[in-house]
Amino acid sequence: MSKEWPLWEIFIRGQHGLSHRHVGSLHAPDSEMALKNARDVYTRRNEGVSIWVVESAKIAAFDPDTAEHNFAAPKSKVYRHPTFFEIPEDVGAM
Amino acid sequence: MYAQLVETGAAETSEKDREFQEKIDRGVRIEANDWMPEGYRKTLIRQISQHAHSEIVGQLPEGNWITRAPSLQRKAILLAKVQDEAGHGLYLYCAAETLGISRDEMTEQLLSGKAKYSSIFNYPTLTWADMGAVGWLVDGAAIMNQVPLQRCSYGPYSRAMIRVCKEESFHQRQGFDVMRQLCEGTEEQKAMAQDALNRWWWPSLMMFGPSDKDSVHSEQSMRWGIKQNTNDELRQKFVDQTVPQAEWLGLTVPDPELKWNEETGCYDFGEPDWSEFFEVIKGNGPCNKDRLAARNKAWDDGAWYRDGLTAHADKQNQQIAAE
Repeated sequence: MSKEWPLWEIFIRGQHGLSHRHVGSLHAPDSEMALKNARDVYTRRNEGVSIWVVESAKIAAFDPDTAEHNFAAPKSKVYRHPTFFEIPEDVGAM
Repeated sequence: MYAQLVETGAAETSEKDREFQEKIDRGVRIEANDWMPEGYRKTLIRQISQHAHSEIVGQLPEGNWITRAPSLQRKAILLAKVQDEAGHGLYLYCAAETLGISRDEMTEQLLSGKAKYSSIFNYPTLTWADMGAVGWLVDGAAIMNQVPLQRCSYGPYSRAMIRVCKEESFHQRQGFDVMRQLCEGTEEQKAMAQDALNRWWWPSLMMFGPSDKDSVHSEQSMRWGIKQNTNDELRQKFVDQTVPQAEWLGLTVPDPELKWNEETGCYDFGEPDWSEFFEVIKGNGPCNKDRLAARNKAWDDGAWYRDGLTAHADKQNQQIAAE
């Protein structure tokens, strides 16, 4: 069996005005083929107006075991949400 | 189903395993890099890769009719459907790869005959009416199984299933439409539709796998949230949904024991020939050898093209590096 092609992560912009969203992955020898294959695999029913492909190996992520530690800080900072502050009704809309 | 007789092994009892089971019970989805028991990982690799192989091999019985479709429109529709199956195979291979098996390993397992795929694709498609019966019954049975799999505890598999289910309804409807057109045609055409139903009915019921009392791996799969319904539950649902459709078409389901049960509100039906099912699974179905030979030929014949693309990509990379 020959050398396996690298894995690419596929991001698609569904409509104008929306951001690209991860939809899946596929193998391809280079970015050009990854784009063409992504078009055939992920947009057969008008699912997109733009495609990004990124080699999976180039994506960095936190270890899921550290999630609790990584995302804990904001939990104690509830004042970052506007609903933390009470505005008297007679002040009006704010 | 598209994955039949998937072995699970038994669950371990360590602290981590217990925490994992609690997570499943709370309905938390498991993601690729999360800790998971080896049994869970292996079961999923077996199930998802088998499911993927089924999609890929499933292109063959229908591919058989692309060049012989009765009209240009039917040909275009069939092509689109077969292309979807390739896409479904890809989504699933990618989901399996997140569990640590490589695409090449899975391809190798399929081509060598080591991997299983659904028993249903080892039956021949003899007439155009089989395109109707396959879409209506086989894809109908697949939907029955895949809808609950959208809630599978493993995130990448569940997301692949959501994509697949969105596309699968077209497959079943176009099959029913082929049957309907034949049933509304000449006597001979209707007889063709009946013949196709006669041949595909029992193999379709076997797709759901052996009866619950003989399904040794179901229990663990259900505890892990991989499987949501038992084989018999899904088979019953399929029969209840499909029999009225057959009646609407004016076709007769080839089961003398089939009858409506007022008490249960379901159809009673006969037992599939399980010895036939196990023979097909073992590799002795009517088309097992043809299917594997066709996959191997496609892989070998495509080698020059894959190598060409790799060589081109290597050359581009060297040029970029040299600049």
